[in-house]
Amino acid sequence: MESLSQSIDGANKAEDLRLKANRIRFSAMTMTHHSGLGHTGGDLSSADILATLYFGQVLRLDPSQPDWPQRDRFIMSKGHCSGAFYSTLAFRGFFPEEMLGTFMDPLSKLNGHPDRNKLPGVEANTGPLGHGLPIGVGAALAARMRGEDWRVFVLVGDGELQEGSNWEAAMAAQHYGLDNLVVIVDRNRIQQGDFTENISRMDALPDRWKAFGFATVEVDGHDHMALSNRLHALPIERGKPSCIIAHTIKGKGVSFAENKPAWHHGVPTAEQLRAAAAELGIEVSS
Amino acid sequence: MSSTAIAHSRSTARLFDCREAYSSTLESMAEVDPRVCAVVNDSVSSTKLKNFAKRFPERFVNVGIAEQNMIGVGAGLANGGMIPFVCGASCFLTARAMEQLKVDLGYSNSNVKICGMSSGMAYGQLGPTHHSIEDVAWTRIIPNLGVIVPADPLETSQAMRYALQHQGPMFLRISRMPVCAVHPQDYQFALGKAPVLRSGNDIALLANGVMLSRALEAADRLREVGVHARVLNMSSIKPMDTGAVLDAARATRGIVTAEEGLTSGGLGGAVAELLALHHPARMRMLGVPGVFAPTGSAEFLLEHFGLTATGIYDAALELMAEEK
Repeated sequence: MESLSQSIDGANKAEDLRLKANRIRFSAMTMTHHSGLGHTGGDLSSADILATLYFGQVLRLDPSQPDWPQRDRFIMSKGHCSGAFYSTLAFRGFFPEEMLGTFMDPLSKLNGHPDRNKLPGVEANTGPLGHGLPIGVGAALAARMRGEDWRVFVLVGDGELQEGSNWEAAMAAQHYGLDNLVVIVDRNRIQQGDFTENISRMDALPDRWKAFGFATVEVDGHDHMALSNRLHALPIERGKPSCIIAHTIKGKGVSFAENKPAWHHGVPTAEQLRAAAAELGIEVSS
Repeated sequence: MSSTAIAHSRSTARLFDCREAYSSTLESMAEVDPRVCAVVNDSVSSTKLKNFAKRFPERFVNVGIAEQNMIGVGAGLANGGMIPFVCGASCFLTARAMEQLKVDLGYSNSNVKICGMSSGMAYGQLGPTHHSIEDVAWTRIIPNLGVIVPADPLETSQAMRYALQHQGPMFLRISRMPVCAVHPQDYQFALGKAPVLRSGNDIALLANGVMLSRALEAADRLREVGVHARVLNMSSIKPMDTGAVLDAARATRGIVTAEEGLTSGGLGGAVAELLALHHPARMRMLGVPGVFAPTGSAEFLLEHFGLTATGIYDAALELMAEEK
């Protein structure tokens, strides 16, 4: 049972994460509006997961030393959701927030998909799907070889799991019993073309991960306390890699974008951006 | 460089398997550098890494038959400060994992060394699925990725030690075909350098890997008929020693390239690209001419495509006979 003070702390923490996540959401939409390109739906579905990882004391990081060898590794395998990812990194202090305004501009360090050689805090160059988890397996093995206690978190999309390389990596993670590896699935049920279930059914997703040897749990990917509690209680099972299936809503937080395949890479107009700000509780100076 | 003391008659010379040099060098590097580790795709015996696995089990990763994952795991190990030597049959290591080579290694500039074993036509009898005649063309076009084709055990070992010190991804194409030793014991491999193994200003023979000893033999035979051939070891295909190649083009009547693989995109293609821009010269490109090779032993296939000392000798005399 939580004590009263713990629950007040918890409520404060959840409110703080909610505000952070909505800032990430609005920032990502602003970037997409600016560049005329982006992936609004997935930015919005993953914002609460990113906020909890980076602002909920989950990841062991030092933004002033992005290459600190003992850091936890976070790999944004769904690299197309760079709007949310870059915003998270900037708000966490990896680079100046002003840089977000250059998203996809000519010669910007903020490519449409992240480049670790251009931006501090980026662990892996992602964009083509199915690359993050193999790299995560390697980084988790490196920790073991070096006797270090860093952990590796990989955020993947649900549509992304149609790439076979994920399952190659899952087999290796199971074989090596990598309990320092955590895969988080942003289960927003929509991919570029349609709902995932209309393209490649994955209703047995938890069973698949379990069958591949992952200790697997499902959480509400927009419930900050649920996410935080789960991310602070890892590994789920000693000796096994962890899988957290985060059930999310694509476009979460902006009613006109929620659960609509067209918003996978929809670009908000100025008017839509204002409407989004109002829904997200963001004050914008006109 | 003087190497005339070394015998090059392939019929009498002692032959070596570069994979042995690979495995023994990897072990000796791992002894002194705790960052060195190996990643394989079930290819423990074909990569000759059984002993490595026994001696350094904690630094030996077998991902199973899964090449995309294998390259990604290599990138992740490098992210974690290890220096992985990722090895497997070259045909699968390259083709199956091309996007990982492009993104996880080249574009990311990951400090991963990939070692394509049994490259070229080593798996001759197994057919074109297992021939790896495309690997140089595929890897050469990826920015940041160095491409090395060592010629003998000493150079294999030297190239690996160089790769260990070099920051960035490298592809080492290692043969399983028996080769003779062509380098003196004091040879030092350097990336982007094409050592001149024979000097001469009549014709230039540019070769690497299993073709280098054949080029040396051709040069010796050419000398007997009064043709002085310059022989360059083109083990470093990328970066290429552009100065040495252009010097050869300027000094001689023409250039013969010889490689165990496709000429388009390979050594021949790379040399032609350079010459076309800076010093157009007459060329003969020996290699596999844009076809899938038939089945047959590696030696048979080399003969089949004229990848022999005689083939190089004939090509050189053809160029000599053309009007300058």
